[in-house]
Amino acid sequence: MSIDLDAWEIVVGLEVHTELLTRTKLFSSAINEFGGEPNTHIDPLTLGLPGSLPVLNEQAVELAIRVGLALNCEVQRSVFARKNYFYPDLPKDYQISQFDLPICAEGSLELPNGKVVGIERAHLEEDTGKSTHVGGGGRIHDAQHSLVDYNRAGVPLLEIVGKPDLRSAEDARAYVAELRSILVAVGASDGKLEEGSMRVDCNVSVRRRGDAELGTRCEIKNVNSLRSLGRAIEYEAARQVDLIESGERVRQQTRHWNEDDGRTHTLRTKEEADDYRYFTEPDLVEIDPGPEWIERVRAVLPMLPAARRHRLSTETGVPLERVALVVERGLDELCLAAIAEGADPERTVTHAEHNLSDAKAADLDPAKFAALVQLETGGELTATQAKTVLAEMVETGGAPADIAAAKGFEAMESGELEGIVDGLIAAHPEEWQRYCEGDGKITGFFVGGVMKATGGKADGKAVTALLQARKG
Amino acid sequence: MAERITTEDVTKVANLARLALTPDELETFTGQLAEILEHADDIAALDLAGVEPMARPLPLVNVFRADEPGTPLDRDEVLACAPVSEDGQFRVPPVLGEAP
Repeated sequence: MSIDLDAWEIVVGLEVHTELLTRTKLFSSAINEFGGEPNTHIDPLTLGLPGSLPVLNEQAVELAIRVGLALNCEVQRSVFARKNYFYPDLPKDYQISQFDLPICAEGSLELPNGKVVGIERAHLEEDTGKSTHVGGGGRIHDAQHSLVDYNRAGVPLLEIVGKPDLRSAEDARAYVAELRSILVAVGASDGKLEEGSMRVDCNVSVRRRGDAELGTRCEIKNVNSLRSLGRAIEYEAARQVDLIESGERVRQQTRHWNEDDGRTHTLRTKEEADDYRYFTEPDLVEIDPGPEWIERVRAVLPMLPAARRHRLSTETGVPLERVALVVERGLDELCLAAIAEGADPERTVTHAEHNLSDAKAADLDPAKFAALVQLETGGELTATQAKTVLAEMVETGGAPADIAAAKGFEAMESGELEGIVDGLIAAHPEEWQRYCEGDGKITGFFVGGVMKATGGKADGKAVTALLQARKG
Repeated sequence: MAERITTEDVTKVANLARLALTPDELETFTGQLAEILEHADDIAALDLAGVEPMARPLPLVNVFRADEPGTPLDRDEVLACAPVSEDGQFRVPPVLGEAP
């Protein structure tokens, strides 16, 4: 299924739940740790035993403030509320969350492509336990019974609600990736989608281009990778367009993404917020971070990905979109240090972008990296040779000149290169004829031939220049 | 004044709270709830411009716990209190639908 994007616009808003990296739970001293033997991270509050009372974990608030500031939010006085519903993974029969007064309000996030997405709010709440459905092949509707593990119940969550500002599956993926980088950078989350420490609910609607009103949305759950996020959005948008074009209407509901069949399925029609009978949590007092605490947190925030992209782009003159990957790999500091040592900015970023995907690349010595770039820009190594040497530098930490010498990489005498090129032209008159007639595809034939004859030592650019010169 | 609460409203709320009410109880509680809500209307009728909203009567904010692990409960002891357990977990009847 694909949508006519000239006629239709996809509108996406994402709700991201992230588990906060505290040692203990949000309201009790049971440990917050992924996995573990079932029901070993439990205490009276986790199990909702009578008489147990919640006491707020200060570190969870600290992390929520960090995230709020990193997302340019207003960090404000906030209040906890009870959200009432019955489900076995929630032993208290209510979830402590925040409702009308969340800790963070009105922020924004900048995507690597420069688009800015609004953040409506971010609020603290507790996670639920984990149920496993037994029998019926694990399918919830056919299960014979369920088993419940409360290790996760009460783990601190921050729910970050984005505005419906996203207009494509690609931007939605970029948003989640960016949010993940920010959460990891400020130490709030380990950002693991696969382990569920970051979970994405996805609100999708469609409207005809030019319409001012938003269409009816569906919320999609069970999206556990960036890839499924993109697929789920595209599938769901196409489903809604089909409905509307065939004269039906989209009903507001929660749908479940099934990775295996690549479709979304009805889970339930959407509850009204009223049905949760939210009310102020009587067992907890307000949080009022106050300017002093907020400024203290702001002062120790690390430089965030967006600022790092702008810095690298400004200092190297390489466009924003190209430096995104370099920052994502955490190689921007290395590049800036190498440039400070005299390396050419453009070549430095290009290597980081294309030739430094190895995790060990971040440990490269900037001075050696700079020396390698200088060997290349000075004409002593070809681009291909520089790439080979760089890979070995990452592996062994060696100096570029030593590695180049050990591999027998030396700059070719230009006379030697000319001889090889002329020999190749003489041996292949038909191909040369085509080259002279402007057949661009044949260039590779000659460059490849020279590379073969020189064992890869020739500089591709020099060969192309020679060919041009011979053509006259 | 807001519309008076109906027995239908109370039935719905009772259902959400998993309370089974007899017809007599339904009548009684509808009447009592209506009186409570009317009292809220009395307050709503006051001119409260310039009065700060109050979330709770205690003048307390920022009551925290340090992020330090305590002693967990013993799993076997806890599961012994459950009606049924299996593989270190609480066993519950099949659940229809996902959690909200």
